Amino acid sequence: MQRWAKVVLVMLALLATAADVSAQQVVTNAAPAALTAKDVSSGDTAWVSISAGLVLLMTIPGLAFFYGGLVRRKNVLSVLMQCFMMMCLISLQWVLFGYSLAFGPDIKGVIGDLSWAGLQNVSADVPSTYAPTIPHQLFMIFQMMFAVITPALIVGAFAERMKFAAFIIFSLLWATFVYAPVCHWVWGKGGFLAKLGALDFAGGTVVHINAGIASLAAALVIGKRLGYPERMSPPHNLPFATLGAGLLWFGWFGFNAGSALAAGGLSTSAFIATHLAAAAGGLTWAVMDLVANKRATVLGIISGGVAGLATITQAAGFVTPMSAIAIGVIAGIVPWFFVSLIKPRLGYDDALDAFGIHGVGGILGALLTGVFASKAVNAAGADGLIYGNFDLFKAQCITVVVTVAYAFVVSFILLRLVDALVGLRSDAQAERIGLDLTDHRETGYTVLD
Amino acid sequence: MKYIIAVIQPDRLEEVMQRLEEKEIHLVTVTSVMGRGRQRGVATVYRSHKEAGTLLKKMKLEIAVNDAYVKPTLDAIIEGGRTGQVGDGKIFVLNLDEVIRIRTGETGGLAIG
Repeated sequence: MQRWAKVVLVMLALLATAADVSAQQVVTNAAPAALTAKDVSSGDTAWVSISAGLVLLMTIPGLAFFYGGLVRRKNVLSVLMQCFMMMCLISLQWVLFGYSLAFGPDIKGVIGDLSWAGLQNVSADVPSTYAPTIPHQLFMIFQMMFAVITPALIVGAFAERMKFAAFIIFSLLWATFVYAPVCHWVWGKGGFLAKLGALDFAGGTVVHINAGIASLAAALVIGKRLGYPERMSPPHNLPFATLGAGLLWFGWFGFNAGSALAAGGLSTSAFIATHLAAAAGGLTWAVMDLVANKRATVLGIISGGVAGLATITQAAGFVTPMSAIAIGVIAGIVPWFFVSLIKPRLGYDDALDAFGIHGVGGILGALLTGVFASKAVNAAGADGLIYGNFDLFKAQCITVVVTVAYAFVVSFILLRLVDALVGLRSDAQAERIGLDLTDHRETGYTVLD
Repeated sequence: MKYIIAVIQPDRLEEVMQRLEEKEIHLVTVTSVMGRGRQRGVATVYRSHKEAGTLLKKMKLEIAVNDAYVKPTLDAIIEGGRTGQVGDGKIFVLNLDEVIRIRTGETGGLAIG
């Protein structure tokens, strides 16, 4: 956010010099109206358009198959359905009012107003100050894909036991009352966390901490699946999960490198950091499995890859390739301990480890950005602890605390509210039979023909 | 008439089928099944959570034969299926009361071959 602000300021300053006005004055009178359709770069527009498509691919089919493979046979369709429905539901919510709440003109640093609802004042030709070289509507749809995948990540926590109707109501409420405000604080023009100097390159806070903490709340409110942990079947289709993890990795290049909002050096450095952290995360997790259980597992290496990706999200675009490797290694260790040792002791049933990987990875990423960020990589960023600057780390810590507290409390309240309205949990009989048949009257696999 | 049920290692199926063929026993029904004997299951690990005693993949053969063919059938299954390791499986021999060929209505020994 701060980075974009600076890009905009630099651009305005250049315009100002041309107009023979002092840069200082223009900054104080900064007016978005300065941008015209002539500022659009075809290269940047091409890259961000493709990136938006890549981020769509992360939800369907990436996340859908990652999660779908990890549940039992009887619930595979319910998970694919939830991911697909999320794409339909939040895409419309975003255009109607979600985008305006998140990015629209600021109200006291807390939320956007509704003047961009229904895409009023959101041009298909003219750039916005958020991304000065691509059309405003392109920025809007790129951000839409983030708004879709974030609540979709929470599916991993309540998978296999949530009523479909409750899922829809909760997702809509959560996207509106949790995603939009947190997105505004971190990325919106005037958002209060951005003003603190916190860095979030591609959504470690907005997406991963936010969804991860909501996942923890969801696992606690909805309760354990019947038979957990003694009588749970293993993942029904690890090849699906591996396919999904591969698609997530692929899509993540759009997520992180696309977040440069331009094609060039910054997108390249984010691309490299993303890839290296995923590789280091997967490798480290495999080694952890090998040391602890004598076998490297497929579920382990794909979990480690995703943990590396979730953790680098915040830092991509601010760190050197070597720092990205360090972040990936840490992402293969801390979430490993979390899902292997800590979760079983705490006893909550985060079915597919949405909190253990995205929540823990996101928090880790926020803190590690405060450690490894470097102005040499991105002048619009800041230096982290290893470069002797403590302020960034402090801002990152505050961001984590604020996001965790807000996401947990509001998610908890929304879950209780939906529970009171329609009941969150499928009845026990439906859960035993499987949600594919009871909620959707379909089966993923037939026995005969 | 006997009804022979054999549960064998999946990778021995080809070998057993070939031995049966050599002894001119062509009729067999095969199903892929899960099972567990003295070999026990192999424990699998998911997120460091060990699932003990999982079932193992096995092949189940069902063969109906006239009394004269019982010995050759058992020999074929044993020759083809034996590796000497725990988990090679078992053969069950049951008395068979009646066989009817659906197409012609033939019964007994006529229907079996």
